[in-house]
Amino acid sequence: MSAASISLKQIVKRYGDFEVVHGVDLDIEPGEFVVFVGPSGCGKSTLLRMIAGLEPISGGTLLIDGQAMNEVPAAKRGIAMVFQSYALYPHMTVYQNLAFGLETARVPKSEIQPRVQRAAEILRIEPLLKRKPKQLSGGQRQRVAIGRAIVREPRIFLFDEPLSNLDAELRVQMRVEIAKLHNDLGNTMIYVTHDQVEAMTMADKIVVLSAGNIEQVGAPLELYNNPRNKFVAGFLGSPKMNFVEGTVKSLEGGAVVNVSGSEFRLRQALPNYKVDDKVTFGIRPEHIGLTEASGVKLADLRVDLVEQLGDTTMVYASTLRGQPLTIALEGQRHIAPGTMVPTYIDPNRYHVFGPDGLALT
Amino acid sequence: MTARSVGAASDPPGRAVTPSFWSRIWTENGPGYLFLLPWFIGFFGLTIAPILSSLYLSFTNFDMLTPPQWVGMDNYVRMFTNDPKFYQSMRVTLLFVAFSVPLKLAFALAVALLLNRGMKGLPIYRAVFYLPSLLGASVAIAVLWRTLFAGDGLVNQGLALIGIQGPAWISNPRYSLWTLVALAVWQFGSPMIIFLAGLRQIPQDVYEAASLEGAGRWRIFWKITLPLLTPVVFFNAIIQTIEGFKSFTPAFIISGGTGNPVNSTLFYTLYLYQEAFAFFRMGYASALAWVLLIIVAVFTGISFLSSRYWVHYDN
Repeated sequence: MSAASISLKQIVKRYGDFEVVHGVDLDIEPGEFVVFVGPSGCGKSTLLRMIAGLEPISGGTLLIDGQAMNEVPAAKRGIAMVFQSYALYPHMTVYQNLAFGLETARVPKSEIQPRVQRAAEILRIEPLLKRKPKQLSGGQRQRVAIGRAIVREPRIFLFDEPLSNLDAELRVQMRVEIAKLHNDLGNTMIYVTHDQVEAMTMADKIVVLSAGNIEQVGAPLELYNNPRNKFVAGFLGSPKMNFVEGTVKSLEGGAVVNVSGSEFRLRQALPNYKVDDKVTFGIRPEHIGLTEASGVKLADLRVDLVEQLGDTTMVYASTLRGQPLTIALEGQRHIAPGTMVPTYIDPNRYHVFGPDGLALT
Repeated sequence: MTARSVGAASDPPGRAVTPSFWSRIWTENGPGYLFLLPWFIGFFGLTIAPILSSLYLSFTNFDMLTPPQWVGMDNYVRMFTNDPKFYQSMRVTLLFVAFSVPLKLAFALAVALLLNRGMKGLPIYRAVFYLPSLLGASVAIAVLWRTLFAGDGLVNQGLALIGIQGPAWISNPRYSLWTLVALAVWQFGSPMIIFLAGLRQIPQDVYEAASLEGAGRWRIFWKITLPLLTPVVFFNAIIQTIEGFKSFTPAFIISGGTGNPVNSTLFYTLYLYQEAFAFFRMGYASALAWVLLIIVAVFTGISFLSSRYWVHYDN
């Protein structure tokens, strides 16, 4: 099984006159685990289906190992896909499901049996081979769906939200198994999800999509620490980044921004800004503290609600101007709702975004 | 009649006697039963009573003019030992069912597959193809069919255009039954609509998975579509088989009620009708009806028994 590279050059998808994917460029190295992440309707599944050959490409070029694939039928692209609904053949046993693709490719029976057996061993579904899909649990069905992909020994694996139908516990378990599978097999894998936790934990490279465009591509922590824009900053991280409106008060000797009544000196320069311009101040909940040791003072906040999660205390608070902020504090902290608390932030870990949503560096 | 209440076993001793079962039923559900009354009258008066009376009559001699006379199993014995027309009508009906049902189902499935390809104007095509089923069993269409397939009918005129001398479809015993089979197949609309609904139920991603695995159209049809459609095939086969056994109007109109030529269109129901209303042998006709019921029940039973080997139910 060899891994393949994938290259998307100005890929466009149109339904009639309606364009849903707008000239996407992306390079995927052989053996990479790439996650397409974005909200519903952002075009991530459409992009995946175009790579699979299940949707015609309206414009641009898809290259697999340097060869144009736009007109190559799905079956001849060396791709296997795992669907959100599993798409198992309900009338066939697990063995028949795994063997179907090989039988279609006229692989000799003597070869099919060991290949199915090996895939079953990898996924620990050997005792299920004689069962039909309806006799399996959700997790077992998902394993069979992955087994059906493995058995064909494809160059590329595509996963279309494969864990969405599983409960939370099983999702975590399968997430680990898929990551392990990637380590073991070393194939190129593209994984579509709307769950940023899946993206952060599984990917070598995350592709954040919004409204048919790529917002940012990069390693998970790179995107987390240096989001290119407000969308990426808000999409990655749970709980999501706090955004607070700020007004430029002074540009002399470094920009000073008024954030909810408190004046805050930025580390960023604002060369094209003038006094009274608006900026958005972004700070992750885990980078806000209630003591001076946490950094520089941001503002005094009124505590609205406190959630005890055991290892973390979530504080939902608001500024004097009513802007909500979430604070994630380590450990179990006892804070009464209604009290005013001072907040401090790490001066190296906040973000500032301009009116166009782009991060100011 | 006095009935104990449901919770009587745990009632404390000395408790007052509960109202009777019937008075309780009436108090709780009386108006509901009143609304159901017309249906009850129809069901018992027009369905159950005739069924039971026909069962009784099948053991009698009854000419509708004199009171029925009990003859025991005589009607049934005569049917199986001394009635060539019974066997002839059975042969004609079995042939008709054996050919018309598979052909109709195959034709209906083929058209449903075509219509399922997401073409424009699908509702119009669906309505047009369904139309013959609405009209098909009517007397008017049977008359039209007789005209079409007459010696100098439209079919033979069409064949003459390409130099073929068509036979006398209806008056020649070699072809007459096949004319009726063709009429039955033409009424493919109803099973087609059901097939179409069944095809719509098959998830698209199963097809996509199969195409990603390299399966072509033919393999997808045999290995995916048809197996997943078997519940619908089974349903249609049962309904159409029963319809086939019950088929009467086309044979009656096309043969003028005789089952001719040479009893080649003597459907079982037509023979039954002749016995009942031409010869007034109501007892014998009742026995014929019960034998038909048993045959249809046996066919249905065998189909159900066999279904576990070839019908796939997802849940």
